[in-house]
Amino acid sequence: MVELIAATGRAGLNRVAAFGRAAIFLMQSLVARPAPLQMLPLLLRQIYVVGVQSLIIIIVSGLFIGMVLGLQGYTILVAYGSEQAVGQMVALSLVRELAPVVTALLFAGRAGSALTAEIGLMKATEQLASLEMIGVDPLRRIVAPRFWAGFLCLPILSAVFALVGVYGGALVGVEWLGIYEGSFWANMQNSVDFFDDVLNGCIKAVVFGFVVTWIAVYQGYDSVPTSEGISQATTRTVVYASLAVLGLDFVLTALMFGDL
Amino acid sequence: MRLRMMEISVGAFLITGALALLMLALNVSGLSLSETKQSYTLYARFENIGGLTPRSKVTMSGVLVGKVVNISLDPEQLMALVEMEVDSDVNFLSVDSSASILTAGLLGEKYIGVSPGAEDEMLKHGDMFEDTQSALVLEELVGKFLFNQASD
Repeated sequence: MVELIAATGRAGLNRVAAFGRAAIFLMQSLVARPAPLQMLPLLLRQIYVVGVQSLIIIIVSGLFIGMVLGLQGYTILVAYGSEQAVGQMVALSLVRELAPVVTALLFAGRAGSALTAEIGLMKATEQLASLEMIGVDPLRRIVAPRFWAGFLCLPILSAVFALVGVYGGALVGVEWLGIYEGSFWANMQNSVDFFDDVLNGCIKAVVFGFVVTWIAVYQGYDSVPTSEGISQATTRTVVYASLAVLGLDFVLTALMFGDL
Repeated sequence: MRLRMMEISVGAFLITGALALLMLALNVSGLSLSETKQSYTLYARFENIGGLTPRSKVTMSGVLVGKVVNISLDPEQLMALVEMEVDSDVNFLSVDSSASILTAGLLGEKYIGVSPGAEDEMLKHGDMFEDTQSALVLEELVGKFLFNQASD
């Protein structure tokens, strides 16, 4: 019995310690960013890996999600004779919720897991230790560029997702199902506000980019340097990042649109 | 060569992001770049505002001329006080103009319709509409109808 309590306490303390390590790690890699000139080529390479290579999956998923929203919205709203509101529905749900959240989930799976595995493998093959030996801070050289790249890329990907989704919805609604084009766009433009909706969606994407990259990079850096440890760390990245995104989304939505 | 390709694709990626945000702003949210339109404030008191909300439209002959910015309860007259911003180039509302709360379609959104009066003096910044007509509330109409039926 006493052992059970002790084990629970130990596990709890371990969690708290891991959280503290993650926070210290975050501070160090943000403060220890390299000089801008040195940083630029490294950052460029990471934006390429994290952002440009994620573009295809973002565009394809955005297109299909927009098309599905258009189709579902039409079949529901046509029963009330208000199928002109499809544009408004598609745009608002994409810009406010789906674009930041789905982009962050895809980003956690596509780029976050790769970040964890890469850094974990660097640790396992003692590349991080050798960098330290030759006097290069791995936080500066390896972690900081990846961190900033993720931070920068997610809002861009989210904006692309929302835009492609809206046009996907327009393709289904206007071109295939024959909603009048003028009322489709006019309804959308009347109800979507740039500051309240589009910019709040961007703020969400920035927050998600921060959280997902933080979790991914930290899990890689803190992983047990064995093949099993890396596989566990990669799984944890995807699970924790997805849960954090969904939970934070509720908090942010309540703050932005909830009138709490 | 590979580095150059990478630079080009990263540059294209960043430009795509900026363009996407711009398109979202212009096409989806309908943000016009000349947003800083001059406007002046007018007030109106209503018995009942129905479902009027801030950001509702203010129209004249169906043309958009402004928006509702604030709704509060006037503690002295016990009526709803609606604050609206009207575009400065709409400067031909005479002091006896009337404001009424209308409904777009059968169950649509509420908006304010302004109809001009005949006086020579015009409404200025901070003035109040004297002649107002409240929103029609369906329950009251039904209640009146039933009451009339019963008394016949």
